Amino acid sequence: MGEIILTMKGIDKTFPGVHALDNVDFELCRGEVHALMGENGAGKSTLMKVLTGIYKKDKGTIIYDGKTVEFTNPREAQQAGIVIVHQELNMLGHLTVAQNIFIGREFMKGIRIDDERMNVEAARLFKRLNINIDPTEKMSNLTVGKQQMCEIAKAISHEAKIIVFDEPTAALTESEVNELFEIIRDLKKKDIGIIYITHRMDEIKLITDRVSVMRDGAYVGTLISKDSTKNDIVNMMVGRVIYEEPKTESKVAEDAPVVLKVEGLNAGKLVRDVSFELHKGEILGFSGLMGAGRTETAKAIIGADPKESGDIYVNGKKVEINTPEDAVKCGIGYLSEDRKRYGLMLQRNVAENSTITFLENFMKGIFIDNKKENNETEKYIESLAIKTPGIDQLIINLSGGNQQKVILTKWLVRNCDILIFDEPTRGIDVGAKSDIYKLMNELVKEGKSIIMISSELPEILRMSDRIIVMCEGRKSGELRIEEASQEKIMHLATLRN
Amino acid sequence: MSRQIQNIPASSNKSIVQRLGGQNVVVFLIVVALFGFFCIVSPNFRRYSTILSILDYSYYITLIAIGVTFPLITGGVDLSIGTGLICYSLIGGYLVVYQGWPVWIGMIVCVLCGAIIGFINGFLVGTMNLPPFLATLCTMMMTRGLGSICSTGLGIPWPTAGTEGGWFRTIFKLNIGDMKLPLGFLWILLLTALMSFVLNHTKVGRYIIAIGSNKEATRLSGINTKYIYIAAYVISGTFAGLASIAYSAIFASVYPGTGAGFELEGIGGAIIGGVSMTGGVGSITGTLLGVFVICILKTGLPFIGLQANWQQIITGIVLITAVLIDLSRNVKGTKSITTAFKKR
Repeated sequence: MGEIILTMKGIDKTFPGVHALDNVDFELCRGEVHALMGENGAGKSTLMKVLTGIYKKDKGTIIYDGKTVEFTNPREAQQAGIVIVHQELNMLGHLTVAQNIFIGREFMKGIRIDDERMNVEAARLFKRLNINIDPTEKMSNLTVGKQQMCEIAKAISHEAKIIVFDEPTAALTESEVNELFEIIRDLKKKDIGIIYITHRMDEIKLITDRVSVMRDGAYVGTLISKDSTKNDIVNMMVGRVIYEEPKTESKVAEDAPVVLKVEGLNAGKLVRDVSFELHKGEILGFSGLMGAGRTETAKAIIGADPKESGDIYVNGKKVEINTPEDAVKCGIGYLSEDRKRYGLMLQRNVAENSTITFLENFMKGIFIDNKKENNETEKYIESLAIKTPGIDQLIINLSGGNQQKVILTKWLVRNCDILIFDEPTRGIDVGAKSDIYKLMNELVKEGKSIIMISSELPEILRMSDRIIVMCEGRKSGELRIEEASQEKIMHLATLRN
Repeated sequence: MSRQIQNIPASSNKSIVQRLGGQNVVVFLIVVALFGFFCIVSPNFRRYSTILSILDYSYYITLIAIGVTFPLITGGVDLSIGTGLICYSLIGGYLVVYQGWPVWIGMIVCVLCGAIIGFINGFLVGTMNLPPFLATLCTMMMTRGLGSICSTGLGIPWPTAGTEGGWFRTIFKLNIGDMKLPLGFLWILLLTALMSFVLNHTKVGRYIIAIGSNKEATRLSGINTKYIYIAAYVISGTFAGLASIAYSAIFASVYPGTGAGFELEGIGGAIIGGVSMTGGVGSITGTLLGVFVICILKTGLPFIGLQANWQQIITGIVLITAVLIDLSRNVKGTKSITTAFKKR
């Protein structure tokens, strides 16, 4: 670690009614990877927004590169060498890689944009970072991982001295994560300071030097990564003990009744001849790399995407599912990985979101019975412990974990017995994660059956009774939890034909 | 976690408008203020006959605005209502005037034609997945042509008051002795109440809001969105049909080739009234009030010596303001680093 490049001291920020940052200190050295952890809403993003000039601080000082600074907008921060690589990437899909990297500062040849030079410059940049991407490729053709590398390259091209990574690995596969870490280690060597926001504990030891924890808008403390344990960090984050109960053996009998059977399912390139059975009371994990076809399989099953062939049996009876409407009638509910896009009406309230799947049940003649609707919603708010000021709160104001619970509510309202959780804890903080796990375990105890698609191996290993591994649209293997391990799953996940 | 909630007190999400009691209250105040302003400035404006004429000319715009609110809330739009209402009026009028059909059948034909065009729009949007702008642009052109063909290019005079069949004009303006009563306003209020109810308390209304809030999530919730689109556009078309009756009742003759632009006044009214162009948000009461802003401007500005051209400019400015309010609400709702970045 080199000399100190950034010191934030006594940062204070108040929004109407909220003390978002309470006297926060933060420090970063050259060539250091400094993790910033905390539950959602702990103030990590707000702190970074203050740093990059999106928010104006109320109190405190920021000393950057020896000088006191106060950026008034992100552009100023960028020019000074502080760049954020966002979790949700800001890429223009229709433009090429090089055009994206140099957007806003294109090389010109007279009045014409000099695309050739931009390609050359981009290629040089990639070479410097040991990234293998063709600058003339259309951005939308790249995987999420590659897009992120382009964003990093863009940051470097700004002569960045500090790069902020906001949950960079949330959408990456294992191999892409490794590639990213290589790049980050390389950046360290170039004396660039890195602020690394993450929810993943296992990354702390792998890549970071120090870790600072925030809770409820306040700075809790800083630890040296290699001397700290996972429990230390978690305790600092939540200030309470969290639920941990990994599954070592399945309690579901092998001959438990089959509630869902899929045979020879084909749908596009990413679902090739997939067959499996789901037993009553079971959590069936779906593992695999990004792009292995797990989400696509789920979407084909529920009729959201068209299927070419394949049979589906629910409770032993063959069913025709061509639309999500049919799937819901068969009692299959799908909780999407992208809650905001596919799961929720963000600008509507909790009650409306909860009953949308089964309004038939809340009618009084041709009118909606608001009282019944509200009562039912209240019931679930209580039983699922959804944290909301009330049933009329807009969904957008809830945290990720509570949003997920509302989506779950809408399927429980509909009495769905087969639930497909697609990345159930993506973007959800540690405390809420264990809530979701607990709920899933309770659900199967009550006789529901769950398919859980997850990219996080620890999650798969903790929750599943059985695990199906997919690779390139095919089912490449099936493991019982007793025999499963990270290595075996990874082996199957990369088992190409 | 419990902190999360304190984190988002209701006030942080409230714009100035909401603090004043919601968009409806604000638009209502604007209506009152505009009306008061013109009354004070122009003596000719404060006459019963002026109020009558504001109301007369507001009916057809109000009706199409109420109708188009439904496609707008799905996140779509219906451009066919303006030329549509003329077309339906021409078809109905042709049957009444040249074929001798009873007026009440002619009126039913108007509404049916509207519903049919609405169905076509809904089918194109919901089932064939055409963008609403494009689908309704096509039916807009078609209704325009269709109206001219049906009327053989001639203007059609619906029966005048006092003649046989002229009774239908009293639906909107009742003469009792020398007193003229704007009966149409009563129907507008009743229809506003009815459609508010449909939007807020029926399944169709709820699903229309759901689609506008998040189409994919609604579909994945097991709802057949195709039918809902058809419902939204049939409502819009049916109200264009009702508007065509109002139009026929107020004006002496209906001419082919007119009607383009009415839809924009209707849509404009809805947006001033708080309907979001991105869908999911809006109310029928708001739409009614929004239309009155436009209608009062339209009638009032000539009284203070501003011509029709100025009226359009001012209406434009009012619209922009309304859209800006709508946008500021959306930004507040979905604030994130990315949007904050883009805003800068």
